[in-house]
Amino acid sequence: MSKKIHVTTTVNGDACEFLCEPQQTLLDALRNELMLTGTKEGCSTGDCGACTVVFDGRLVTSCLVLAVEAEDKTVETIEGMAKGDRLHPLQRNFLEYNGAQCGICTPGILIAARALLERNPDPTESEVRYWLAGNLCRCTGYDKVIRSVLAAAKEMRGA
Amino acid sequence: MATILEQSGYNPDRKLKVVGTSPVKHDGMDKVTGRAKFGADLMLPGMLVGKVLRSPHPHAILKSIDISKAETLPGVKAVVTRDDFPEHRQGTAIGDLSRNVMAREKVFYEGHAVAAVAAISESIAKKALKLIDVEYQILPHVIDPVDAMQPGAPILHDYLRTKGVEGAENKRTNVVERLELKMGDVEAGFKQADVIVEREFKTRPIHQGYIEPQGCVANYTEDGQTELWCCTQGHFVVRAQVSSILNIDSSKIRVTPSELGGGFGGKTTSYAEAAAILLSRKANRPVKIVLTRGEVFRCTGPVAATHSRIKIGATKDGKFTAAEAEMVFQTGPFTGSMFHNAAQAVFTRYDLKNAKAVAYEVVSNRPKVNAFRAPCVPQAIFAAESVIDELAKKLGIDPIDLRLKNAASEGYTTIYGQTFGPIGVVETLKAAKRTDHYNAPLGPNRGRGVAAGFWFNRGGETTGSLSVAPDGSVTLLLGTIDVGGSRISISMMAAEELGIPLDKVRAVVSDTSGLGYNMVTAGSRSTFASGMVVIDSAHKAINEMCKRAAKIWGVPEDGVVFEDGHCRPASSNVGDFEPLSIADIAKQAGATGGAIAGHSELNVTGAGPGFGVHIVDVEVDKETGGVRVVRYTVVADAGKAIHPLQVEGQYQGGAVQGIGWALNEEYIYGEDGRLQNPSFLDYRIPVASDVPMIDPIIIEVPNPKHPFGLRGVGEVPVASTLGAIANAVTDAIGIRPYELPMSPPRLLKLIEQAQKGKGG
Amino acid sequence: MGDLRYEAPETLEAAVALLTGANGRSRVFAGGTDVIVQMQSDLIEPELLVDIKKIPEVRRITAEKGGFRVGAAVTCMELTEHAAFCKAWPGVIDGVKLIGSIQVKGRATMGGNLCNASPAADSVPPLVASSVIATIAGPKGVRHAPVEKIPTGPGKTSLATGEIVTSFLFPPRPRHSGDAYQRFTPRTEMDIAVVGVGVNLSLDDRGTCIAARISLGAVAPTVLLVDEAARTLIGTRVDEAALEKLAKAASAACRPIDDKRGTKEYRIKVTGVLARRVAQQALERARQN
Repeated sequence: MSKKIHVTTTVNGDACEFLCEPQQTLLDALRNELMLTGTKEGCSTGDCGACTVVFDGRLVTSCLVLAVEAEDKTVETIEGMAKGDRLHPLQRNFLEYNGAQCGICTPGILIAARALLERNPDPTESEVRYWLAGNLCRCTGYDKVIRSVLAAAKEMRGA
Repeated sequence: MATILEQSGYNPDRKLKVVGTSPVKHDGMDKVTGRAKFGADLMLPGMLVGKVLRSPHPHAILKSIDISKAETLPGVKAVVTRDDFPEHRQGTAIGDLSRNVMAREKVFYEGHAVAAVAAISESIAKKALKLIDVEYQILPHVIDPVDAMQPGAPILHDYLRTKGVEGAENKRTNVVERLELKMGDVEAGFKQADVIVEREFKTRPIHQGYIEPQGCVANYTEDGQTELWCCTQGHFVVRAQVSSILNIDSSKIRVTPSELGGGFGGKTTSYAEAAAILLSRKANRPVKIVLTRGEVFRCTGPVAATHSRIKIGATKDGKFTAAEAEMVFQTGPFTGSMFHNAAQAVFTRYDLKNAKAVAYEVVSNRPKVNAFRAPCVPQAIFAAESVIDELAKKLGIDPIDLRLKNAASEGYTTIYGQTFGPIGVVETLKAAKRTDHYNAPLGPNRGRGVAAGFWFNRGGETTGSLSVAPDGSVTLLLGTIDVGGSRISISMMAAEELGIPLDKVRAVVSDTSGLGYNMVTAGSRSTFASGMVVIDSAHKAINEMCKRAAKIWGVPEDGVVFEDGHCRPASSNVGDFEPLSIADIAKQAGATGGAIAGHSELNVTGAGPGFGVHIVDVEVDKETGGVRVVRYTVVADAGKAIHPLQVEGQYQGGAVQGIGWALNEEYIYGEDGRLQNPSFLDYRIPVASDVPMIDPIIIEVPNPKHPFGLRGVGEVPVASTLGAIANAVTDAIGIRPYELPMSPPRLLKLIEQAQKGKGG
Repeated sequence: MGDLRYEAPETLEAAVALLTGANGRSRVFAGGTDVIVQMQSDLIEPELLVDIKKIPEVRRITAEKGGFRVGAAVTCMELTEHAAFCKAWPGVIDGVKLIGSIQVKGRATMGGNLCNASPAADSVPPLVASSVIATIAGPKGVRHAPVEKIPTGPGKTSLATGEIVTSFLFPPRPRHSGDAYQRFTPRTEMDIAVVGVGVNLSLDDRGTCIAARISLGAVAPTVLLVDEAARTLIGTRVDEAALEKLAKAASAACRPIDDKRGTKEYRIKVTGVLARRVAQQALERARQN
């Protein structure tokens, strides 16, 4: 068995460290080494988006990033989305518009939607759908997910 | 005194304050912050990683399993095989279940479990699996159910004999059962018809596609007690199953359900839980087993493939005179597909006098089939609604009008013997006809389809309790898993009954120690049945509070009534007392006799059947066979939508699942019987950009057997989807697909056929 | 997984040395969107992963010789955010945009897409149609090759042990040039191409096609560069008659298989349909330049 690698990284603004094997993914390290279970595993092949995080400023599926790559980089997960008890407008709108049913895909969708609104504060319905194409949901049929995102976008624009 | 099942207390004139609104659900916060704990999210000190070894062959004799090298690999703490499982006789329910979770004599599908290991890391567990030597004697396999019925097909079970067929006692077979239901005289009925349409249909196996893979943690302690954490639609069922499989008393197993990341019928049974418990027992440490996505597709219960033949006759005015169905369902290696639902539901929404439905359940070399929202019914309704669509075209009658002409209503007795109370067939059809969607013009290359569907909705064994805390706030303990928002809906019903603000109520799903047995959350029963039980509990608590008020006031018990969250004197004769709120009484609970609570254990009946009509517009690229759904409306009867936004979510989710099923989803098997697409890459569920907004229209024809009139809504939305989409595609391309999914290569072939037909 | 080593060298020389030393039991690791998936399912069992993302040359986009040099490990998202490149090569961007999801594009690279050598890779047909030259570093030094020479079969490349594709050189764009790529998939996103067609063409001042390259993906073991198809357009105004000939030539050049994503006959048919559509799109873009 390979000797474990010591990784120092920053997650949700906090400096932290963990040990991992070379082939372990960032998803695995977040959940099983750092106990941050908000990021979910749905497929481990990059097809479902449930493990979406922001890594080094980029939206990625953490199942396709090796844990060792996190050295000296930043990771943002769902646990860091609210600031204390102040929810992000996306989180609030998902609650109001029932954008989450079972909730397993919700963390990934919220992180992805936030990245969209940071780039494009006024997306069309189609732009939201195409941006979120990598986040599978089986419960909602996407309708209220999209509506929640559009409502949050409107609120964030102060419209 | 009449029970709640005998007298629901439904009152159409009741003024509702909470029920019928759409508040933020109490479990929502945890879901949008990542705090909610799902099956794979529990971490226990000393926890080991469990992994399962699975058969690469679809059919083989399990000759030997050598675990010696795996057991001695450093870091491996336990290995289990069939030798660790108690023996249960083949062909019994528990024998089937036990063999499905761990193979004994044979393996019956690619992915069938043959061993499991627990190790200190995932990499070591994976290595250990590779060190297990299994000797298989490969047998010929069969996958398609009609193939499995043919003489000469490989036989899965030597002991299997067909139920329901005369003279079958000595014939080895793969047909588990032949079910026949009939009413009236179909022969005579067809003779009266001016037009008869008879067609054959085929659907492929599909998967429920829940995003959360099965995950569990088992913790077996030295005195024989077990804690089991798992994601499931029915923790009491899991307890019953592992208890039977492992010969452990139910009271020694405590199952705590996690949040469920989607089930849709696929998580109504246990998979790796028994193995996890055995591993934990051997290793003396907690063991977590989480399935990979590949395992989920390969070895959890998918949905039956079907072949069906439907024949319907009608007069030239459009009155159905007879209907006949013959359907074959695939069940994997063991019975349990619930295929009888199809025979019961296939025509149930029309007031037929003459009908016959024959259904077969057939074993074949696939994982044991599980439900997918309205088990076996969407496939049957796809076929029937396609034939009805064809009849409408032949007769020149509007598709909704044709269905209205034949719509069943209150008082109709079905082919399976239920007589309907008030139902919403006519209302949903009429509402569909009035929609903007149905009356909107269609663009080029587009087609529109309609279909009507039905689901029984279920009741079943349910328990629950309600307790009032000393500060007057209320906790509900529920026994059914929340898959679609039942916690908030039931909290709303409790708040309504008690006359208190919703914020004073919180619902928790109990572990199995806290309540009596509950059936799975399936059949669209959770909000309905748990709601019933909680309302019953509320009535009991209210009764108790009135007794306490009487004590406090020193008046007879019948001198107190409960209104608007307060106990009041029944009349001025009783005395001039200020009303006591729940909080007031709760504060004095200790002094007046103890904590205030109510509990209820019912086998809930009175579920109101659900009906729905779907309208779909599709656009077909005639050069490639690609289909886009451009507009979708779901009209369905909810009886009473306790939480309308939740109900809408159910309608929308069901519709999109149907879109995937109709257009792109299918299991693709190679000649070798192995699944070729066990990933979300090639098992294509709809993505956000594939579908439009889904317009939900909630119709309310109250179910008088429920205090608030509610009907289950989880399954009706899927039942109508396949038929509606197939009818829309037919309208767009001018030729009817008889096979699902209507994938582009299949459609392009049909389109070319249609063009050749036109050309001459 | 045996004893896997992970290294992240900061120079090309170091990377080449590591790969050469591992003698075929190593993998280049950039976005990891193919390598990690293959490792997880035990399709590959490398002993060494050489992470090249710290090497500056493979991560840059620079203007060169009137065209662009794009590092092989530039991510798809980075490429789509480069305004000048997008303007010059919209067809390449068409292909790159179709790789996976936004999340996958945040990691995936054209170098990886090329060297993974899937017949259905989406960025490869437009790269081939664009006459891109790949620069390859190896133990024997640096060499250059047209991209179409690199994949040799499903999962196989012509790269020798120790070689890495480091960058892609895109030639200058003549006036009145346009490129496009489309694929057929059952879903709108997230699928592997059933058929992919790339077209790159240039017109003279009067609108006559003077150069064309047609590439086909997912219809043969590697991407096909179809000269006969190109000849149907050259010298024409890319009118209906020419497009009809193009469609036939493209269909005729296919050598597809039946697999879980499509049948042979379906792929042949749709190749012709797409070839026409993509050529029309390339034509429109060329007319706007």
